[in-house]
Amino acid sequence: MSNKENSVGIGLANFWVALGFMTVAVLLGVYQVAERSGFFPSLESPTLYFASVSTHGVLMGFVLTTFFIMGFGYYTATTSLKMPIPGKGFAWFGFWLAIAGTLTAAVPLLTGNASVLYTMYPPLAAHPAFYIGATMLVVGSWFWCIEMIWMMLRWKKAHPGEAVPLVHFGNTANAIMWLWTTIGVGSEALFQLIPWSLGLLETIDVGLARTLFSWTLHAIVYFWLFPAYILLYTIMPKVIGGKLFSDEMGRIAFVMLLVFSVPIGFHHLYMDPFQEAGWKFLHMFGTFMVALPTLFTGFTVIASMEIAGRLRGGKGLFGWISALPWKEPVMVASGAAMLLLTFGGFGGIINASYSLNVMVHNTQWVTGHFHLIFGGTTVILYFAAAYHMFPRMLGRKLHSRSMAVVQLWLWFIGMLVLTLPWHVMGLLGQPRRISSAPYDDPLVQQWNIHEAAMIVGGVILFISTVMLLWNLYKTHSGPAQELQMEYAEAIHPAPRVPQLLNGFAFWNVVIGIYLIASYGYPIAQFFLNTTYGATPWGV
Amino acid sequence: MHIDETEKKWVWITVIMTVIMVGVLTAYAVGSNIHPPSGFEPIDSTRLHLTEEFAEDNLGYKDNGDGTGTLTMVGARYGFYPSRVEVPVDTPIRIRVASADVLHGLHVPFTNYTTMVVPGYVSEVNTTFQKTGDFSVMCNEYCGLGHDHMWSRLKVVPKSGS
Repeated sequence: MSNKENSVGIGLANFWVALGFMTVAVLLGVYQVAERSGFFPSLESPTLYFASVSTHGVLMGFVLTTFFIMGFGYYTATTSLKMPIPGKGFAWFGFWLAIAGTLTAAVPLLTGNASVLYTMYPPLAAHPAFYIGATMLVVGSWFWCIEMIWMMLRWKKAHPGEAVPLVHFGNTANAIMWLWTTIGVGSEALFQLIPWSLGLLETIDVGLARTLFSWTLHAIVYFWLFPAYILLYTIMPKVIGGKLFSDEMGRIAFVMLLVFSVPIGFHHLYMDPFQEAGWKFLHMFGTFMVALPTLFTGFTVIASMEIAGRLRGGKGLFGWISALPWKEPVMVASGAAMLLLTFGGFGGIINASYSLNVMVHNTQWVTGHFHLIFGGTTVILYFAAAYHMFPRMLGRKLHSRSMAVVQLWLWFIGMLVLTLPWHVMGLLGQPRRISSAPYDDPLVQQWNIHEAAMIVGGVILFISTVMLLWNLYKTHSGPAQELQMEYAEAIHPAPRVPQLLNGFAFWNVVIGIYLIASYGYPIAQFFLNTTYGATPWGV
Repeated sequence: MHIDETEKKWVWITVIMTVIMVGVLTAYAVGSNIHPPSGFEPIDSTRLHLTEEFAEDNLGYKDNGDGTGTLTMVGARYGFYPSRVEVPVDTPIRIRVASADVLHGLHVPFTNYTTMVVPGYVSEVNTTFQKTGDFSVMCNEYCGLGHDHMWSRLKVVPKSGS
């Protein structure tokens, strides 16, 4: 290894842990589409199916993401700020704590003692080790958050008045957002789930638990998405030979994501009792506000692509598109992600709509929506980041660029073949989270063709995953090649930016006030009124 | 600070789009009184059978005598009770549902009769069924290993006397 950054070891460790657990989750996913379809009677088993769905969700939503984001953050922070990770032991401690948490939670998950799904809605009760392990994973990620903030503060001290590089401004925004985000699920775990599952509390207030979980449930998606957006703003334009269209707009988008992601979780509770309609309406307003930074990002990113296309000689209204380097993994992944984000975004606006949500609530439509945003937009850009960073971290040539490009296209196609039928089935009334469809209803016949399609999608995604792992694994022993991590310059470089776009102190106050306004009374009402808790139930 | 002119225009377009979408939803909420099922009404789920409203004998559809009706149901692993319900078409119905055990989701495809059923809280939906026919009442929130099998029937029949 020829690299100087002290983030290479911890970065690669995080990436491989993320990819390893992702592979397990993809395998479970293939089993789930086959089981759920009902085409293979010998596979039918609700016990296995729900243990699998729970594990798949936890590994994808919590484990793959947390480790990948930590690796991405460490490596981009050291390469953009040109400084080492301070207190490396501290960072490694967080990593090992997260590993210990994941393994602790894995035991009850894999033995069917935590088949409560990754949303862990009480009063279904899992083995306490599941809640404790998940909490350790989250606490481990806090060490990363502190590192990110620490690095930003140190850099600012050494460079007074200068604009923090956009990459690390984004990393820090995500770290701060994640700290705010985890207050919800953290409180639920520490004050409700863990003592209740250990028998220290007899009952749990399900309304309060769901309210606290909703605090985390939207912002966690932006925790996943942040590195993807950071890549689109700061890495993609450089790789494809262009410039970033607007550095300031990136900062505005990151600040808006930070402020609007957390206090809007009630769109997950539209169909719940125990919260009044007015609060749901207020959160709906915020939910639409958080669409804005994504729309701004779409413009800046596509404009940056156009700049690259024209610099490469593309002419005419659309000619620049074909002039883009479509043999470059980062380009393919960015194009695919933007398309799938558009589809997922359309669906998301339906879900976010106060009165329209009722038609799709908890149907397979929702599963389709978040797989587009998660797998289609976020994870495909994680792949791009891995293809870009592994060679730089290892000082070796990527094993095969063409295999990477094929792998990304397969992932794109697989995601579409998987999720479009899910949207249709949702509109045809299929509930999500079922292991079979025993309903005596002519409706069920209409689902079959779509069930077949989703299996094809699952298999394509599995093949794509194998190609990814092989390519990255072989890169470890490939020929040496020295490449630097370089970040995109803006057309109008911004060496200095307004204070509000270079720090987070003010925005933390704004978030605090916004959270008290949107969650204060909805949480307080459970303490101001007599409510009735629920005892633990097995699955 | 530099924001490009084209980008400024795009910001305006997105803001206007968002205002229109929120505006339409607000108009329906305020103008047509369309809200998701909401309301804070605690109930002891372990004692449903001792309440008057959710006692077994009182479940089902009742005509209120003023052209409206009330439907009372209980969700419990693994069924919605009563397991067969008949309700009249084109009649405003107030539906009240409670859970006797864990979390459930009540979902009747192609109608807007959907609500989460949460232990400890009463769910209320106000709706009017606009088509006659047989509908499935499916559970759409994972409630245990028998979740798939949790479903019952709803029959929307012509109004009596018409």
